[in-house]
Amino acid sequence: MGELRLMKGNEAVAEAAIRAGADGYFGYPITPQSEVMEYLMAEKPHERTGMVVLQAESELAAINMVYGGAACGKKVMTSSSSPGISLMQEGISYIAGAELPCLLVNVVRGGPGLGTIQPAQSDYFQSVKGGGHGDYRLITLAPASVQEMSDFVRLGFELAFKYRNPAMILSDGAIGQMMEKVELFDPVPRSKEILPWATTGKTPDRERNIITSLDLDPKRQEDFNLKLQKKYREIEEKEVRFEKIQCDDAEYLFVAYGTSSRVVQKAVQLARSRGIRVGLFRPITLWPFPSKEIFAMTEQVKGILSVEMSAGQMVEDIRLAVKGKIKVDYYGRMGGIIPTPDEVVEMLEKKIIGG
Amino acid sequence: MAEITLDQIIQPENMVYTRSRIMTDTVLHYCPGCGHGTVHRLLAEVIEELDLQSETIGITPVGCSVLMYNYMDIDMQEAAHGRAPALATAIKRLMSEKFVFTYQGDGDLAAIGTAETIHACNRGENITILFINNGIYGMTGGQMAPTTLPDMKASTCPYGRDVQMMGNPLKITDIVATLPGSYYVTRQSVHTPGNVRKAKKAIRKAVEYQKRNQGTCFVEIVSNCNSGWKMTPVDANQWLEENMLPFYPLGDLKVPEE
Amino acid sequence: MAKVRGAIVVDTERCKGCELCVGACPTDVIGMAEEVNSKGYHYAYMKNPEACTGCVNCAIICPDGVISVYRVKTT
Ligand SMILES: Cc1ncc(C[n+]2csc(CCOP(=O)(O)OP(=O)(O)O)c2C)c(N)n1
Ligand code: SF4
Ligand code: SF4
Ligand code: SF4
Repeated sequence: MGELRLMKGNEAVAEAAIRAGADGYFGYPITPQSEVMEYLMAEKPHERTGMVVLQAESELAAINMVYGGAACGKKVMTSSSSPGISLMQEGISYIAGAELPCLLVNVVRGGPGLGTIQPAQSDYFQSVKGGGHGDYRLITLAPASVQEMSDFVRLGFELAFKYRNPAMILSDGAIGQMMEKVELFDPVPRSKEILPWATTGKTPDRERNIITSLDLDPKRQEDFNLKLQKKYREIEEKEVRFEKIQCDDAEYLFVAYGTSSRVVQKAVQLARSRGIRVGLFRPITLWPFPSKEIFAMTEQVKGILSVEMSAGQMVEDIRLAVKGKIKVDYYGRMGGIIPTPDEVVEMLEKKIIGG
Repeated sequence: MAEITLDQIIQPENMVYTRSRIMTDTVLHYCPGCGHGTVHRLLAEVIEELDLQSETIGITPVGCSVLMYNYMDIDMQEAAHGRAPALATAIKRLMSEKFVFTYQGDGDLAAIGTAETIHACNRGENITILFINNGIYGMTGGQMAPTTLPDMKASTCPYGRDVQMMGNPLKITDIVATLPGSYYVTRQSVHTPGNVRKAKKAIRKAVEYQKRNQGTCFVEIVSNCNSGWKMTPVDANQWLEENMLPFYPLGDLKVPEE
Repeated sequence: MAKVRGAIVVDTERCKGCELCVGACPTDVIGMAEEVNSKGYHYAYMKNPEACTGCVNCAIICPDGVISVYRVKTT
């Protein structure tokens, strides 16, 4: 059993980064995730593992530091919250376009604009549909606990390197700020491996390595895009992750991730105490989205309620997944408000069971 | 005594100058006479002379020199517009034994990338920045740059830069020289053979000094853009001398205390 | 008396005809050919080879690095 600690979600991300053997963290303060860099700086990871931690002049600089480090084959990451992640979109697109691995953490707050510092899930589209320009995808992991904040740092890096693709932990202000018991994984040393594609200095035994997302030749650019798409199909095939809670006998289904899924877990208990057989389907990867698995549930359940802290974003993917076979509706709160289990059950009754 | 023939002179043992082997065989896409090629060549020569090929990581900008990685036989990364110093910061911090440089135009370095430039230099990142100031946006077709001279014409100031309306040209190199993090700051040009020789010496210093870990080395090269300026290459270099240099005087702005 | 003789070789296919080398030559060695290369550029050539001292001015001003310079001492 690994070391047990009581930690904030944001601190768990930071500790997990050091333990995962991260080479570098580059960030810029923003609520509600500033604890990530604060924790790192207090831990002096340059002494613990040699990890580089740098406070950049902006999220723009931070993400481009990530690009530079990733292009050297280093395990690098950043974290931010919604407005900062918006500012990073250009860099994220370049990183995806240059096929570089890195870990991004978005501890989402309410928007649009400066919005609020309270938790929200309104960056779903930005994260799973692109966000920046061009046809690219981010592997998007949605933690629902402090434990998963820690675990997904390691998983995110693994997937990022496996596919040479940026991975995003899409969390929210509630999980970032909440304190929970977490079992930390054992530290692994930083990798000394020199990756064959990385820019580390051209030695006589190989051709020069170039990291770029530019190709002005339309044919080659299209071929490259097709190659990217092929990679994305493979990720969709192999990396879908989800959790089903009390679904075996369910007649109705909630779909929720992150903080919403915690509320919905309570709502499931509440509904069942009133005799409603409802389960929770919790997507863990938001991209790749568990579409097939949700479609499979249509054999069993009569209707689905998507519960989100947004105006209804994931519900679009659920609708696509069920292909009109059963009723799908949405309930959510915005602006930093977390729905209550009572509200959620009431909405299930009103929008799905009664509707 | 019989006169020596050309064939006798043109023998491998008599060669005193040829393109550096760090330059690839790819033909440069630059317009005839463009200073970008000259600066690439000087940098390649310095990398070859100091035997740095296997340690070098270069960053190309967005601008005419975006494809520099096709011309130099070294590992390179292509940055987003203006962000090269951020990439270089991370690379150098993660691999402090490498030689890391950025190569940037004036739009890239002094407009969209001003924050990255100033902060990298102010932190004293141990990187080398080559800054090509041609007073215009070459790649996008000759628009006004932060460095465009007062009254100078560009496609977005077709009647000349009206500083009342469009603001003043930015002498970013002068600012960089005032920052505690910069170590060596100099302004050079490559429009005459004499200036090419001086520029090469400066580039060599800016490369060598990186080993000292004392801060950012910054070399501005006042260069031409004959296409953007709508002049022949020869006229452009003449114009550079008469107009650019009085505003951007050549010489060292900050030298290490020895 | 020792005399320095030089010569240049222009990679004519890579020459872009910018003429910067012409003005850079202190002894007026270089001219531009009547003919053009396959890209359509008039290329540089030694119109006055005897005057070349191998000073490399032309080679170092050439943005495209197309000039190689040779030099010998004759007596
Ligand atoms: C974010 C972004 N904005 C604008 C552009 C378009 N753009 C490409 S190059 C350039 C200006 C380049 O000028 P400069 O840095 O002076 O280099 P030069 O081409 O003159 O060498 C611009 C505006 C871009 N590629 N990316
Ligand atoms: S447009 Fe200007 S800067 Fe660009 S290659 Fe041509 S001359 Fe050089
Ligand atoms: S080497 Fe010197 S003398 Fe000879 S052609 Fe070139 S510039 Fe003229
Ligand atoms: S300087 Fe170079 S490219 Fe220009 S004309 Fe002379 S040889 Fe040709």
